[in-house]
Amino acid sequence: MKSRVRLMQGNEACVEGAIAAGMRFYAGYPITPSTEIAELSAEKLPLVGGRFMQMEDEIGGMAAIIGASLAGAKSMTATSGPGFSLKQENIGYATIAEVPCVIVNVQRGGPSTGMPTSPAQGEIMQARWGTHGDHPVIALTPSSVRETFDLTIKAFNMAEKYRTPVILLMDEVIGHMREKVQLPDPSELEIVERKRPDCSSEEYLPYKADYDLVPPMADFGTGYRYHVTGLVHDETGFPSNNAEVADKLIRRLSNKIEMHRDEIESWEEENTEDAEIIILSYGCVARASKSAMNILRSKGIKVGTFRPISIWPFPERRLRELSLRVKTIVVPEMNLGQLVLEVERICGCNTIIEKLNKVSCEIIYPEEIVRKIEEVL
Amino acid sequence: MPSELVENYFRTEKLPQIWCPGCGHGTITRSIVSAIDKSGLDKNKVCIVSGIGCSSRAPGYLDFNTLHTTHGRALAFATGIKMAKPDINVIVIMGDGDSTAIGGNHLIHACRRNIGITAIVYNNSIYGMTGGQYSPTTPKYDKGTTAPYGNIDKAFDICNLAASAGATYVGRATAYHANLLTSLVQNALNNDGFSLIEAISICPTYYGRKNKRGTAVNMMEWQKNNAVNISAAAKLSPEALEGKLLIGELKNSPEPEYTNEYQKIIDRLKKERQ
Repeated sequence: MKSRVRLMQGNEACVEGAIAAGMRFYAGYPITPSTEIAELSAEKLPLVGGRFMQMEDEIGGMAAIIGASLAGAKSMTATSGPGFSLKQENIGYATIAEVPCVIVNVQRGGPSTGMPTSPAQGEIMQARWGTHGDHPVIALTPSSVRETFDLTIKAFNMAEKYRTPVILLMDEVIGHMREKVQLPDPSELEIVERKRPDCSSEEYLPYKADYDLVPPMADFGTGYRYHVTGLVHDETGFPSNNAEVADKLIRRLSNKIEMHRDEIESWEEENTEDAEIIILSYGCVARASKSAMNILRSKGIKVGTFRPISIWPFPERRLRELSLRVKTIVVPEMNLGQLVLEVERICGCNTIIEKLNKVSCEIIYPEEIVRKIEEVL
Repeated sequence: MPSELVENYFRTEKLPQIWCPGCGHGTITRSIVSAIDKSGLDKNKVCIVSGIGCSSRAPGYLDFNTLHTTHGRALAFATGIKMAKPDINVIVIMGDGDSTAIGGNHLIHACRRNIGITAIVYNNSIYGMTGGQYSPTTPKYDKGTTAPYGNIDKAFDICNLAASAGATYVGRATAYHANLLTSLVQNALNNDGFSLIEAISICPTYYGRKNKRGTAVNMMEWQKNNAVNISAAAKLSPEALEGKLLIGELKNSPEPEYTNEYQKIIDRLKKERQ
């Protein structure tokens, strides 16, 4: 078998993962620090019979991937802060119209143009609430190059399975960092395809959900002529002003993700069995947390780490369990405290929560975390 | 009993439509459907995409693959559909504000790429859905609810805009000139590349009332009396053409279509690797 060991950047691993997951359409707009994802998609997609498009703007990129997905192509766009803001309206469209797609946001310093070439984690809450109205969201955050590959595949799989946009929330460090990775053989990968209708076109109700709350989805052009709208709609797909219909739809969209929480939630924990202090972090910061844990353990301090991989939905139940037996949870973030709000909500009554925040658009160093923990001990 | 055209191509259970009495949009929609019928397209291979506004409600009444998108973005959604499945006939219905204000960027770039989409702009010179605000095609000094003292913006000529941006087939007709509209849409559907048809509608409820244009019938009569076909216009003096509306086929110059050009890249790469 051909060796699949490569030196690779996070942005490159994202494209490799996307193509392995079946991406056949990419539309986007150049923006630092995510541009390599567009460049590599432009190079690789036509080689597998897929298509790449550089659109006129970020909004167009988001719109085009929704169109392509409705026509049956697994689709992705990638961007960074300013572009992520521009895409929000159509992310909401994909949510209510239930169109599978993947949106990558390689976070850089913000707000506005901010620090385009430097890392940050400022879009944790934007990923959750960026588009208007009540809506569910799935957002995954990798902390290594190999994990970027795996989570990109997972993002496509979840988008297909639950008919929803999935956000891959990277940061500049993970996007640009190079690591040695061994990519799995394609035969080892689990690839999910959207559920398509097995009834006749006459019987097809495009928004009638199955037991899993996900309606089967027909590709445009395959004989199922139906209507798709961003307006509140009933099971037929046509707009409705009926209060009951609105209530039912908005609740189903949220419940469709809630009822699959166990499958969607993922996290990684280390040394939590005997830990008195837990460092909770994600993305590039989780790497520093791990080093900090090792330094502190060598000094005899019982520290563990907890890394949410699905930022949204947040691995709530497990963190609550852990919070009942630790003294302190330290949350280092490259923002002024975003995910810590969720941590406080979940376990603020059970334990002490300490924040460590950095908005200088520099990474958080292990020593800074060590110092913080020694302070709070 | 609905006509055969309505029976075959409309979702009759969704009728009557929401447009105001006297609105030109119904006539325009019928002309489009008539062109689809005359072109003999397979309904399963037709996708009608719209943005937001009065015109954008049209696809909901039509029995094809239909997509009602976000304001101004219909062409960008449509671009994705065409790229994913080039064998689909993609028709985009937009309003004047939808296509030239919020969606102006998508419009000029779709023209420039010459992607195989037929865009039809229902131009009623006003934002109707939100209640009569002036749009980029409201004539200068006309009134809207947001231009109570007269609009000082210069209006866009949508056809000139599309033709200069690179659309390869461009035409204009009015709701009154319904047969001309049908033949223009038919030609547009025949063009491999990007086509734009401007369908001048009437909005008696807002534009008409704000600007004292009389009833819907008066407004239709204005279209009848003031539109000049491009073939006749050549024989008229500039003075005689003053204030007239030029209708007919304004541009027809086919060029290679975008998805075909992309397919050539895919084929070439495949060949090189063999």
